[in-house]
Amino acid sequence: MMKSIEIKNNQPVVLDDIPALAYPDFLEYNLKLVTDPGSHCVNYFGQPVNGRIRLICCIASDTNGTIHVNTSMVDKSDKLPSLTRHHFSFHIFEREIHESFGLEFTDHPWLKPVRYPWYRTDQSQKIENYPFYHIESEELHEVGVGPIHAGIIEPGHFRFICNGEQILHLEIQLGFQHRGIEKLMVERKDLLSRTILAESIAGDTVVGHTSAFSNLWESLCGFIPSPDLIHARTLALEWERIAIHTGDLSAIATDIAYQLGSSVFGRLRTPIINAFQIWGGNRLAKGLIRPFRNRFPFSPNLRDTFNKILDAYYPDYTEMFDRMIDLPSILSRLEKTGVVTREQSLQTGTVGIAARSANLERDIRKSHPCLGYNDISHSPLLMPQGDVYARTRIRDSEIRQSIGYARTLMENMPRHSTGNQAIIQPASNSFIVSLVEGWRGEICHAAITDNDGELILYKIKDPSMHNWTALALAVRNNEISDFPICNKSFNLSYCGFDL
Amino acid sequence: MIQELKILFHQGKQYIPDVTTVEVPGIFRGRPVISTKPTDTVALCAICPTKAIQANPAVSIDMGRCLFCGECADLFPDKIRFSKDYKLASNSLEGLIVREGTDQPLFIDPAKIRGEITRLFNGSLKLRQVSAAGDNSCEWEMGAAGNVNFDMGRFGIEFVASPRHADGIVITGPISQNMAEPLQICYDATPSPKIIILAGVDAISGGIFEGSPALNRTFLNKYKIDLYIPGNPVHPLSFINGVLGLIRAGKKKQIRLV
Repeated sequence: MMKSIEIKNNQPVVLDDIPALAYPDFLEYNLKLVTDPGSHCVNYFGQPVNGRIRLICCIASDTNGTIHVNTSMVDKSDKLPSLTRHHFSFHIFEREIHESFGLEFTDHPWLKPVRYPWYRTDQSQKIENYPFYHIESEELHEVGVGPIHAGIIEPGHFRFICNGEQILHLEIQLGFQHRGIEKLMVERKDLLSRTILAESIAGDTVVGHTSAFSNLWESLCGFIPSPDLIHARTLALEWERIAIHTGDLSAIATDIAYQLGSSVFGRLRTPIINAFQIWGGNRLAKGLIRPFRNRFPFSPNLRDTFNKILDAYYPDYTEMFDRMIDLPSILSRLEKTGVVTREQSLQTGTVGIAARSANLERDIRKSHPCLGYNDISHSPLLMPQGDVYARTRIRDSEIRQSIGYARTLMENMPRHSTGNQAIIQPASNSFIVSLVEGWRGEICHAAITDNDGELILYKIKDPSMHNWTALALAVRNNEISDFPICNKSFNLSYCGFDL
Repeated sequence: MIQELKILFHQGKQYIPDVTTVEVPGIFRGRPVISTKPTDTVALCAICPTKAIQANPAVSIDMGRCLFCGECADLFPDKIRFSKDYKLASNSLEGLIVREGTDQPLFIDPAKIRGEITRLFNGSLKLRQVSAAGDNSCEWEMGAAGNVNFDMGRFGIEFVASPRHADGIVITGPISQNMAEPLQICYDATPSPKIIILAGVDAISGGIFEGSPALNRTFLNKYKIDLYIPGNPVHPLSFINGVLGLIRAGKKKQIRLV
């Protein structure tokens, strides 16, 4: 009997064609899949079905370019052995399943609440007094930070256990930003509302999340996007990467008190995001990506403007970065700070730039290409060190690589297509996974439709869902004063996690 | 050192000399202008996901609800056009409503500004930003307002780390249930007199999240809101001009720039 169905990125599959396993088989088979370092869990969640819970697990094979999907029907009152016990990367998914449905995973190390959603099973759990890890000692002290931080930043609570200046353990509690997006995606029936919700998942990844939603929706409807639409979305994704990476370099410079870098990278970001406004009317690209249509065709005039922006950006950017990365006082702050090893990254399921900085190749552009990445033979950039230095360097390399991609894309612009297809209905009784490599890493959207093709489940996973754990590991044995620079080097999303 | 000076020199002048009159690049969607041309108002109102467009029977758009997606202007270009006017702030909800047939800037009513705001804050205003389930877009733009391009600091307007150092709070986001208490604590920790600014559509009306059971917006019923700055997200120029309009409205002298 087949233990899973292998599907491609954005390939809808009939729900009943997904193998449904008994839980012991489900556990054994999925664990077997993730022991291969070329495979990782992209999403694992529950769907309520007639009072029971259908567990759905999606394991991506980075070598085959497929996603293994299988399910297991369980009861809310079941007490089940956990996958986390054997592979830590499942910990956050099992915690979320427990929080949403009350399922007990008996040997999970700690089924701590994830985001305190309004629909949580145990309403006695309150975010105001969340449970936290504690070490009894007269030598140690705790430092609590947040949820409101010193700066213009989203809320989350960080609790450090320190020995003097040294961090022994960091616990991160999120959920403060929870807006109920996954439920709203199902409840709001019109496509425009759903698109705008996708734009609001994380305002710093508008193109990433809206592309994931649009790709998913179009594929579910059997819509074949025109070359110009594919081109625009791919260009926007690479442009967003250039913009945010540049801003991140400014933030990293700020946190090591390197004023020149902070100001120069900060101002270099401005023309890049202004280019989005020139293109689609909004600096963060809200309104630019729409399912079924290329709303703002990329004209030859725009191409000239964008090329001029890059011409002006590039020499100033390289001059600044090459100088910064050459200064011993900078390097001493970046090198060997906040190390995450490849082994740890594998265990925790780290994705995106954080994984690639630790020599772990996780890049959807190569492993599960969608849009124009089928034509760009993308080779992911890797760094071996896993420290803040590596996460800084990788941003620089990716900026240069993305500029190259943007230039090539603009050289080969497809003609704007005018033929509008009528809006089509999504396939009924279907399941689909959409993966996009945003600037931060792998974005995964998954959806299920009912007999009438109505959306009944929408699951969103920002790369931050995996990577917050990597940050908590990175700061261990570092000085607490290095926490900000470690945090900036990951730049994870609070709202993208909290949904 | 020579290298640093070279880098500095290569930046040229980056600041915007006059943030009150500069034109923004491209096709910015700012204050809408609604014509008096007859149109299918039922179809027009139905487009808007947040019901910002009303027709009774004259068409109006509530900037406090508008997502600035511009879909209405795409489909009804004869009726609605988004101008590049980024001065979008008002100190009343009523003042956020743009009506058909008028092409007037939004207005901060000096009569409704508390005297102490003009008296105490016109030369220096320190703000504590609270992201209450914001999507990090408005937060981003608040940060950009202080960068070398927009340089809000030249007017004495700055974001500070602690509410204890602040003259007021700027709320972004639709205010989640889970942020209701921290927001209240932050406001209580800010010394009086203090102001409240709502920045962005999510903060002003809940935006696309209005009606979500995950929200708790009761904080807003308790206090007078001193300034509403629409946007999705708020453009840095909308923010700077809005705040300047509030703290310097009563001043006779022109705003001295730079």
